[in-house]
This record gives sequence, C-alpha cells and structure tokens, in this order.
Amino acid sequence: MSEAVAVHGAVEPAETPLTPESWGKLGMWLFLAGDAMSFGGLIVAYGALRYHSKSWPVPAEVLGINLTALMTFLLIVSSVTMVLGLAALQDGDKPRFKKFMGLTILGGAIFLGLQAYEWTHLIGHTLPHYKLDFSTDLFATTFFVLTGFHGMHVSGGVIYNICVLAAVSRGRYQAKHVEIAGLYWHFVDLVWILIFTFVYLL
Amino acid sequence: MASTAHAHPNYIKIFIILSVLTAVEIGVTFLGLPRPLLVALLVGLAVWKAALVALHFMHLKIEKTTLTIVAVIPFILCVFLSLMLLPDIYPR
Repeated sequence: MSEAVAVHGAVEPAETPLTPESWGKLGMWLFLAGDAMSFGGLIVAYGALRYHSKSWPVPAEVLGINLTALMTFLLIVSSVTMVLGLAALQDGDKPRFKKFMGLTILGGAIFLGLQAYEWTHLIGHTLPHYKLDFSTDLFATTFFVLTGFHGMHVSGGVIYNICVLAAVSRGRYQAKHVEIAGLYWHFVDLVWILIFTFVYLL
Repeated sequence: MASTAHAHPNYIKIFIILSVLTAVEIGVTFLGLPRPLLVALLVGLAVWKAALVALHFMHLKIEKTTLTIVAVIPFILCVFLSLMLLPDIYPR
C-alpha cells in the first residue's frame, strides 16, 4: 500500500478516473451498491405488498412518529460528528477526532437502545385491539424485517467505528481509513432516511 | 500524505438543511393533503435528503466520477424493479 502511495506521489496522474487512494473507497462503494440493492428489494417488496393488501394499518398510528423522529435526528447528528471527526483527523487534530468519533459511536449506540425500546414496546402492547409481533400480518413482518435488517447494519457500524477509533488511537489507521468507515456509516444514515419515510411516514 | 490545510465542506450547513427537511417531512403529514400529493412530497423530500448525505457527507460532489456511477446504479435498478412490479400491482 505504501508503495502504491509512493508511486502516486511521484506520478500524480491529473485526469485518470481513479487514483490508488480511491481503491479502498471504490471497494466500499461496490459493497454499498450491493447492500443498497438488498435494502431496495426489501423496500419495494414492502410497497408492493402494501398496495396489494386489502387492509393495512396506518403506520403512524401503530408505530408513533415522535420516538422515530428523534432516532432519525440522532442518526443525522452522528453522521455530522463522523464528518467533523474526519475533517479533524485530516487537519492532524487527533484529540478532536477522538472526541467526535466517540460521539458518533455514542449516537449509534443510543439509536440501537431506542430501537430495542421501540421493538419491546411494540411487541408488548401496541393498540387496544392490535398487537404487533413478527407474525401479526404482512405489515408487521415487513416492518420487523426492514428495521431489523437496518438495525443489524447499525450494530455492525458501531462495532466498525469502535475498531477504527482504536486503530487510529494506536496509529495504525489514518484519515483515509476513517473516510472509508464514514462511507459505511453515512450509508446506514441514508437508508434510515428512506425507511423513516417509506415505513413510518407514508 | 501532504494533506495540510484541507478545505472542508460546510458540514454544519448541510446538517441544518437536513434537520429542517426532517421537520418539514413530519409537518406535511399533519396537513391532511390528498394521498397522491402527500406521497409525492414525502418521496421527493426523502430523495432530496438522501442526495444531500451522498453528495456532501459521502463526498460524491468532490469525488471521482467512477464512484458516482457506482452509487447511482443501484438507485436506477431499484426504480427499475418498482416499475417492473407495476403491472403486477396495478390491476389489484
């Protein structure tokens, strides 16, 4: 890798589409493209099943919007702290990076806690005559599959971010590695923005 | 690794726009708009927010074109998937 960087530093191709620094990012983007299609398939399936169903609960009434709006805001904030952390590291300010990366991890962890709270609340008691667990109806099944799949991504992201923070602290990772981790984290945020609209608001 | 004096995008501005758009999204659900208009508005706002995250936080705006192409392909395929399902869905 250091060899590739050295070659790039010497040649500095001005107009080539990808420089060696981009390869890691390209790899992450290719993974995210595949992952996006998994989410796309699930969201489209949700829409198709909903349109086909004779009865479908009003999601906002069953799920409630307040808590989820807070979760959406929380993920957006954690995306911002991630880019601010990256910017700090690019400027060589490691303590500032650690602070913002810690906040990013905290944001993700609180999101997971709120989702766990939401799920237990839904499974336990939803509405007087409507109990929401995995096998209640198509809405419940697609809801738990979609938010669960996303929650798994958040869990993975929190673990990934903890590893990146540790590796930067020990001097093994630099800004370019943080940028790649950031791509994953922002993707998780981006998907939640779509899930919030398609599953909760519509 | 000569990355001193990096010019960073204005992340706080993007954050404020995203927060306002989220508030608008929640606001329009209380307006009692006709369903097709509400769906169009909410989908439009969501795509707008997603684009802001991809362009500014994921740096696609200042990134190599190749990465943008990789990012746009799944989006096109998902729209295509929805369109292919339409004949199945439309007659109910």
